[in-house]
Amino acid sequence: MALLEIKNLHATVGDREILKGIDLTIQAGEVHAIMGPNGSGKSTLAGVLAGRELYTVTEGEVRLDGKDLLEMAPEERARDGVFLAFQYPVEIPGVSNMYFLKAALNNIRKHRGEEELDAMDFLNLVREKMKLMEMDQTLLNRAVNTGFSGGEKKRNEIFQMAVLEPRLAILDETDSGLDIDALRTVAGGVNALRGPERSMIVVTHYQRLLNYIVPDYVHVLAEGRIVKSGGKELALELEETGYAGFGIFDEEEAVGKV
Amino acid sequence: MTTVSEQIGSWLEEFEQQQRTCPPSLAPLRAAAFARFAEKGFPTTRDEEWRFTNVAPIARRSWRAIQGYRIEGHATATAPADLSDEALKYLGQSASQANPFVALNTALFREVSFYHVPRNTVLEKPIEITYTAEGEGAYHPRVLILVGSNAQCTIVETYTGKGEYFTNAVTEIVVGEGAVVDHYKVTLESPEAFHIATLQATLGRSANFSSHSLSMGGGFVRNDAGATLSEGTEATLNGLYIVNGEQHIDNHTVIDHAKPHANSHEMYKGILDGKASAVFNGRIIVRQDAQKTDSKQTNKNLVLSDDAVIDTKPELQIWADDVKCTHGATIGQLDSEALFYLRSRGIDKQNARSLLTYAFAQDIIDRVKVPALRDSLERILYEKFNELPQ
Repeated sequence: MALLEIKNLHATVGDREILKGIDLTIQAGEVHAIMGPNGSGKSTLAGVLAGRELYTVTEGEVRLDGKDLLEMAPEERARDGVFLAFQYPVEIPGVSNMYFLKAALNNIRKHRGEEELDAMDFLNLVREKMKLMEMDQTLLNRAVNTGFSGGEKKRNEIFQMAVLEPRLAILDETDSGLDIDALRTVAGGVNALRGPERSMIVVTHYQRLLNYIVPDYVHVLAEGRIVKSGGKELALELEETGYAGFGIFDEEEAVGKV
Repeated sequence: MTTVSEQIGSWLEEFEQQQRTCPPSLAPLRAAAFARFAEKGFPTTRDEEWRFTNVAPIARRSWRAIQGYRIEGHATATAPADLSDEALKYLGQSASQANPFVALNTALFREVSFYHVPRNTVLEKPIEITYTAEGEGAYHPRVLILVGSNAQCTIVETYTGKGEYFTNAVTEIVVGEGAVVDHYKVTLESPEAFHIATLQATLGRSANFSSHSLSMGGGFVRNDAGATLSEGTEATLNGLYIVNGEQHIDNHTVIDHAKPHANSHEMYKGILDGKASAVFNGRIIVRQDAQKTDSKQTNKNLVLSDDAVIDTKPELQIWADDVKCTHGATIGQLDSEALFYLRSRGIDKQNARSLLTYAFAQDIIDRVKVPALRDSLERILYEKFNELPQ
């Protein structure tokens, strides 16, 4: 059975249809890149999979291990192994990173039938994962994302992913706003988490990230549909010709061309 | 509508009884206070100060003096006849008898919790005063703390109880030159209790005073917290109020910059749920003489239900021309993005809401410098927010 199966997925924001029939099947262990210009629906797809309430699914289905994903609350999805690395990680003043992550991990472990970690074991785990992300340990005691730089926020996302060990990780424009050093670290963290049991959806506008996280498949999204799918070479092709080579324009650019 | 004379009747008997045992040195103050109260009666909502807080449920009732209440702590509960000359000199000098509840307290209190911190003395342990009411009736806790110049102390006042009673408290704190005082008032009254309290601090030159009002209990609560600043004084008034069900809480604060070069900071935060209502009114007076005043006031409210109501109003009266005064008020709900973020990591909706609500209150709790008090407040908050309906 496929880990994730998306069939004819339609979704709206308000009365505007953003996703207009997405079909995508992901097997365990595969990394799929979803590329597309602004406004193509990339982030909407990521949000729908994670259970963001802003979107309404009007048609189609999504199955995780054969289970109806769309029926599940965001926290249930997370406990079943779905992880969204946010494009814009949210600052939560007053909630410490440590407390937050321990609560998250123990909820997920409980759901998996594993024992909850005590403070010591948790700290050991966290230290090891922080090293992987080259993160400053003081970030643990700070409030979630509060006052973090753009790069620290993105690292924190991948760090959380490393601690929570999801089966399906969705990286929503994790490369945006990163300088090349930060990009390498983040990609290194992601690559370290690749494995036969873990699938990933890497959403990005640019090919650059895919030099570091090399996908098994690339899909090009335009106006809410997948218009082309292929191997990793598709990303390079896209880099050469730009989206325009595929007859695709950024929404705002498209308006200009008409 | 209850007439003033009807209201007074039930208190008169108590007053006459108290006057019989009152020393001559105190009798004129009490008589004047009672006359003041008798003249005006309880305020109504036509009175600007009481626009959003209707005390008719208190005024309408004929309260008897409560029999069972306890005073515990370090300040000595002193009967009027035993008050020292020094206590008598300061008693009733800070809190204004123009407030009918203060006048009523002055006329009727049975003892004064009195503490004098001599000058140049640093008290390591907090001065704790706990009032516990049990059963039906009214009582009038009175606190007077004198802090000598360059002394340092912490004061923790706690109000708690069981049953349907009316607490009418007045606290006066006189802080000498250069003294440092941290004051906490914790309101944990019973859900049926009426609680009206006035704090008035008179602050000396270069004194540093902070007061934290932490209101977590009581069915009907009104706090008046006031501070009069001198030259170079630092004053902080912080508050946290948490109301649910049909609770009502009103916080009125007055910071009076009487002299130049003084700073004041004010941060009040409220969490409202159910059909609760809250009022915040923050007055800052900068007198003509008070040049170089720096004053900042913030009131933030987190509203968790559709039926809760908050009225918030800054009131700046500035007569000097070289000052810095800022104020801001916010009323908001839980951040839906933050909720989604927490849920997307496996934390369920209820817990995510509790966590964010707790976080909102946390920054006031973090300012509490007494570890034991901070711990107990954290525990109370934790229990409260885990009870919050979804």
